[in-house]
Amino acid sequence: MSNLVKFRIDKTECMAEAGKYIVEAAKENGIYIPTLCNMPGVKPQGACRICTVRINNRLMTACTTPIADGMEIEMDIPELNDLRKAIVEMLFVSGNHFCPACEKSGDCELQALAYRYQMFVPRFPYEFPQKEVDASSTRIIKDQNRCIFCKRCIKSVKDEQGRSYFAFRHRGHKLEVVLDKELGMSMSEEKAEQAMQSCPVGSILVKEKGFSKPIGKRKFDHSPIGSDIKL
Amino acid sequence: MSKPIVATTSLAGCFGCHMSILDIDDRILKLIELVEFNKSPINDIKTFTKEVDIGIIEGGCCNSENVEVLKEFRKHCKILISLGECAIMGGLPALRNGIPIEECLHEAYIGGPTVQLNKEKILPNDDELPMLLDKVYPCHEIVKIDYFLPGCPPRADLIWEALVALITGDPMKLPYEVVKFD
Repeated sequence: MSNLVKFRIDKTECMAEAGKYIVEAAKENGIYIPTLCNMPGVKPQGACRICTVRINNRLMTACTTPIADGMEIEMDIPELNDLRKAIVEMLFVSGNHFCPACEKSGDCELQALAYRYQMFVPRFPYEFPQKEVDASSTRIIKDQNRCIFCKRCIKSVKDEQGRSYFAFRHRGHKLEVVLDKELGMSMSEEKAEQAMQSCPVGSILVKEKGFSKPIGKRKFDHSPIGSDIKL
Repeated sequence: MSKPIVATTSLAGCFGCHMSILDIDDRILKLIELVEFNKSPINDIKTFTKEVDIGIIEGGCCNSENVEVLKEFRKHCKILISLGECAIMGGLPALRNGIPIEECLHEAYIGGPTVQLNKEKILPNDDELPMLLDKVYPCHEIVKIDYFLPGCPPRADLIWEALVALITGDPMKLPYEVVKFD
């Protein structure tokens, strides 16, 4: 028994199990829809809007919208690509993203998206907000300059009792993601590594582990983000 | 037709972008055939002696002199290119943007761990010295910039491709590897 449904992304006929999220269904059909706040194993949240697609003339986030029979999805079109580029640019100007000095450069998903959409300069003025770096815990550095509030660390890095190591603090313009002081002190090496991996940018770093891969051997040095998704 | 004229300068930069221009290797001989250089640290011409077609700016604006030079370039160049991360977004000098200027100067000249000689605790105050700006500005927030070439430094191939495309009018080839921010 299968409940496969047919749908179309741009001009490609696709098939997937009904109810799957569009991002996943597209992936199974060899189509990459860019994501930033979405990560496997975590309930999608539709926060960053990078995965925005157009269905029936409505803009929807592909990570939170389930696939349905006969869906016609517009994805790789100039209007949406410019929208995605604008989001990336906005993220760049609203934080302090000094790529040449960042440990995550070359492995950073935000940077990789900027490469994919050929961002040469953001269309918005730089904000240069004043942010802190918290290196008080034993294993981790939390650099607020680079945080994009994707919540991936909050949702995925938890201890045995299901408590999150990270949480939001303050609101609005002052919002920041912080490491729990107590939990942070007893963090294991594996958890610290997991936290760093969960961060799409260089906001969570394991201490004494920067720049471990040379230029040329990093994840996005030779092929754009999403190029691993093929049939 | 006479050769297009190129001028270059380094504002608040490290000269790495100029090094990357030289990194085009033997293509520099072709470049000399294609263009004529005017004001530039490469040939040490200090002032504009004629109107220029392409101005290449390395580095952002951290002091009043940078702003003056940049405005001078805008006045004399038909096309201005921001070359490298510092020109585009302030780059490493802009790391000071979140710190009050007084604190920066104090750290550099009075309180810093490597300061030993400044017994009278004087901050540089000679009239000849350019004034520091409140923060480091990207060039396009001071004057209009026509093109941007990112990288730290921008890859030599990117600089070469961009210059040739500009001069010949051919479309630019942009392989994935040449557009990088580090």
